Order: sequence, then C-alpha cells, then structure tokens
Amino acid sequence: MSIGRRTRLALGIVTVAILVFIYLPIGLIVVYSFNSGTTPAWPPVGFTLDWWALAVRNSGLQQAFLTSIVAALCATAIALVLGTLASIAVARHRFFGRESISFVVVLPIALPGIVTGMALSTTFAQVGFPLGFFAIVVGHATFCIVIVYNNAIARLRRVSGSFEEAAADLGADQWLTFRTITLPALRSAIVAGALLAFALSFDEVIVTIFTAGGVKTLPIWIFQSFRLANQLPLVNVAGVVAILLSVVPVYLATRLSSSVVGART
Amino acid sequence: MTLSIDPREAHPPARGGSATSNGAGTPGIAVRLDGVEKRYGDVVAVAGVDLEVRDGEFFSMLGPSGSGKTTTLRMIAGFELPTRGRVVLHGRDVTDVAPFDRDVNTVFQDYALFPHMTVGDNVGYGLMVRKVPVAERAGRVAEALRMVRLDGYERRRPSQLSGGQRQRVALARALVNRPRVLLLDEPLGALDLKLREEMQIELKAIQQQVGITFIYVTHDQEEALTMSDRLAVFNAGRIVQLGTPAEVYERPGTRFVAGFVGTSNLVTGDVARSIMGRDGTFTIRPEKIRLAEPDASVGADETAAAGTIRDVVYLGPDTRYIVELDAGARLVVTQQNLATTSTEALAQQGRAVRLVWKRQHELPLVEGESDTQEEDKG
Repeated sequence: MSIGRRTRLALGIVTVAILVFIYLPIGLIVVYSFNSGTTPAWPPVGFTLDWWALAVRNSGLQQAFLTSIVAALCATAIALVLGTLASIAVARHRFFGRESISFVVVLPIALPGIVTGMALSTTFAQVGFPLGFFAIVVGHATFCIVIVYNNAIARLRRVSGSFEEAAADLGADQWLTFRTITLPALRSAIVAGALLAFALSFDEVIVTIFTAGGVKTLPIWIFQSFRLANQLPLVNVAGVVAILLSVVPVYLATRLSSSVVGART
Repeated sequence: MTLSIDPREAHPPARGGSATSNGAGTPGIAVRLDGVEKRYGDVVAVAGVDLEVRDGEFFSMLGPSGSGKTTTLRMIAGFELPTRGRVVLHGRDVTDVAPFDRDVNTVFQDYALFPHMTVGDNVGYGLMVRKVPVAERAGRVAEALRMVRLDGYERRRPSQLSGGQRQRVALARALVNRPRVLLLDEPLGALDLKLREEMQIELKAIQQQVGITFIYVTHDQEEALTMSDRLAVFNAGRIVQLGTPAEVYERPGTRFVAGFVGTSNLVTGDVARSIMGRDGTFTIRPEKIRLAEPDASVGADETAAAGTIRDVVYLGPDTRYIVELDAGARLVVTQQNLATTSTEALAQQGRAVRLVWKRQHELPLVEGESDTQEEDKG
C-alpha cells in the first residue's frame, strides 16, 4: 500500500512525538544521575560521578540490588524448568485436560498483580510460609513461567515433531532425545524466554510488596527513597541501573527470537 | 555325535545378509500383523489388517491418502499404538515396545534430518546412541554415505543440501544402523519426476545390495509396480488385494483395485451381456485393446465392439483414445505411436472404429457392496 506524502509526514511527526513522550523522561533520569546539582532541575549544572560512587557504597541500595538480582535469577530458574517441561507436555503429548492446562499456565500473566499478591500473601500467612525472599521468588515465578512457556511452545509448534520420532526411531530414549534433539531446537527460544522473565521479575513491584515482608528489592528501595529529597540523586542512579538490567535482556531476547535457530530444514 | 539344529541353518534367509528369526516365530517372516486396528475416537484409520512380510523382500503398501497405509507403517515403527491386534517383528511381539527398542528404522516423508547437526552427525546419530566407538562410527558413516553416493558430505548442514540429497542422507542415516527392516514413508513424494524415477532404480538396487526387508508406503501405483516384490493395495483402512505387481495389475480383484492400479475400464451389466455375452463386471486394460477398422475381421478368441472415438490425448510415445461404445460405456484405449504422427493421431477424433481384444484380457471383478461406494475415491 502506498500512502500520500502528507499522510506520511503527519504519521512521522506523530510517531516521533510519541517516542519523545515515552523516552524523554527516561533520558532525563540518565542525565540527572550524572548531574552535579542536588536537585533534579533543567538545565543540569555539571557532570559528576559522585552519585554513582555514593550509590556503590550505600549498603541499603547494595542489599536491595543484590536481592533483586538473586530473586530474579531464582524465579527465572524455576520458570525455565517448569515452563519448558509444561510446554513439551502440551505440545508433544496427548492427555486429558491438555487444553485447560495451557490456559491455566498462561492465566497468571493476565491476572492483576494485585490479586496474585493478595492471594499469595493470604495463603502464605495461613500455611505459615514466612514472607520474605522465598515468598518473593515464588510470587515472581508465577508469571515468569508464562514467559518461558509461551516462548518454548511457540517454537515447539513450529518445529516438526518428526525430529523426535526420528531420534526415537534411531534408538534414543526419551532423555537422550530431549538432550540431543528437543533442547537444541528449543535453546534460543527458552534463553529468550529466560531473559524476558528475568527483566520482568527484576522490576516487579506489586506482587513483591505483598510477599516481601521486610525485604527490599531494588524497585521497592527506589519507591521508598523517591520521597526523600536527600536520596533523590541516588534514586536516579538506581533507576539507571534498573533500566539497564531490563533493557539489555529484552534487547538480547528480541535478537534471539528473531533468528531462526532450530527451525525446520 | 550330538545333533544340534540351529534354526537359522535350517531356514536360510531369503536373500543376503539378514538372518531369519530368533526361533520364536515363523522363520522367513520379517513382520507379521495380526488383526491390527487403529481408531482415533470414532475415526477408524486402520480397520483390521493381517499381513506377513517376508524376510528380504521389497514390500509396498499402496493406496490413496487416508487409506490407512501410513498409520499401518507407523504402528510397525512404534509411533502409534494399535487399538487392537499384535505387531510381531521376527517372531518377537513388539506391540507394546517403544520405537527405540525395535530393530527397525524409518525414512520419513519429510526426511526429519536434525537441522542443528552436520550430515555426518545425522548419519552417525544411531551409532552414537548405541555407543559405537568414535573411530568405527566415522568409518561406517563414510560407508553409508558412499552407498547413497554422497561421499565427503559429512561436514555439510542439511540446509545446504538439495531435496534429493536430503533424501539420500535420510536413507543413509537409517541404513547405517543395519536394521533388519527398513520402513519408508513416501520417501520420494517431495522429489520431482525425473529425480523420483532415478531414485526408484537406486533404492531398488540398494535394497538388493543390502538384503534388508523394505516396507515402502506410496500412493503412486507406478512406483509400487516398478519396485516391489509384492504389494498390498489399501483402501478404507483395509488391504483389498495383496500379490506380486503382475498379479495385482493383471488380475485386479475389485473395481477399486482396477481403477487405482491402472485405468479402470469397466464393462458391466447390459453392456457386458450384449458385447461379450457374459454376466458380471469386467475390466479391460487400455493397452490390451486394439483399434481396428469398423469392418475388420475378428478372431475366434477375441471380442469386438463398435464405437466412436470421442477424444484423443497425445502422450508422446503413446496416444490415449477415449472411445464411446455403441452399446453404451466408454473405454480408454492406449496405442503406441509406432508409425503414427501426432497429427494423424489427433485426426482420428470422431471416427467410427471397432475395438478388439482377446477374451483372456476380460478380467472379472468381484462386486462387493463396500467396494462400489468407494469407487469414486480411486
């Protein structure tokens, strides 16, 4: 379809405006994290690395950062195992309730985080499971599984099941077939899924609030410090770190899933 | 002197390398199916198949799509579990045995070459699984690739090969394991005509060289007739006829077989009575009919029928004439273009002729009720 020159110009302007609207505030945070003034105000006064140095030495920020990284890694690990297994079950085996399983697995991503948080918090309290780090991991795993599962099942549906049949035909049992055939075909898809899951877990706030107890993750630390004027330069630094840890995995994931690794010959 | 009888000595293999049986089953039988059925809910894919495939033979399962031939093959391979019946391989009941524990290998319709592995690793996969030492593996892979005329292709990727080459790799990957039975699921279906004809000859040669039992699924009647020692014609989940290519072609048992294997030239009812003076349904192969002048004389052992040429299809070496008989019915007649040019052949349209054939070429068909309703499928 060809569009007129004017329309094209108008669409271009609108697109640029939207992108500016989305990315300018994010850019400002990055700029302010290097701003030598103590208040975030335009124009920046000068360049400094002081806030970064201070942030590295701040034990509360350090602790929150570490908690976020480890929690995201744990949630992603759980999601990798369960999400991959579930996708293979649904894509490659026939069993009673298969369609419902698929729906039930995907549901947590659609459920409001606040509902998941509430429900988990209530349940944990009733069964005596302490709120805190492990509760956060379980809470994050509920939606991380969906990301891995969706990526893996999309790949499995594209890759012919006859590869697995061929391996079995050549004498490989199920474990060997999984290791030598299914996993290599799935690898890029589940790595992409894991990167996205990590990014999602890393900046999650709502479910975390309900399950954290007293534990602080980086987003929670930012959220609480945001109101304290003297912490604001540090918050900007923490924000930039959060941006990097979300953008990089997402970028890698899109690169991975666009390449056609393991597609049919 | 002690007398020991080795069953393998008592019943030597039908051909070449493969041994007969481990003593438990009928010697010389590679695959036996006993009343094998496969249902998916209400859908009947295979409605009861009894079959014995002999050791070392090239056996084809021929039929239209949906006739149950591929499902039958997949039950022999172990990918599908029969709803009822037994699958016996060389005397061992394998009905409930997983595919990886069966001594058969499959060449898949879509080849199913592992895309993340080189050709060498693909061919060596079965040996790797069986923990054959690396040094021996390389030698056997090279040997298998030589057999399919792809020597030196070890390091290529499947994606770098043409369709015909992939087909050969799939064949090498199965043969390298020296299975006792090789299953082939329409392996030439994706190739163009010329390549397909080449591969037919090559496959048959390889089969005779290695002496392995081949079970070959195809919907192409010519392929089945050219390559097979014996073939089974499938329709609606059953075997409707089983025999050598010559038996099936020259003595089709039913309308369906007559139509599917060859062209169905049917003469039935009043027409049969008026022309041949016989009751029943008959088929006459198009190449057995002679086109003659309307006043041509007829031998004592021959039948003749007057008609008009309605259509002429020039095929190069042959011409196909569609003749409308005065008594009713249409017959297809093929004549070799030994001394006829295309112009001469095409000018025949509308001419009155006399069709002549030997009585021995009137093949009576069994008219079953299930058979008539499937006629249009062929």
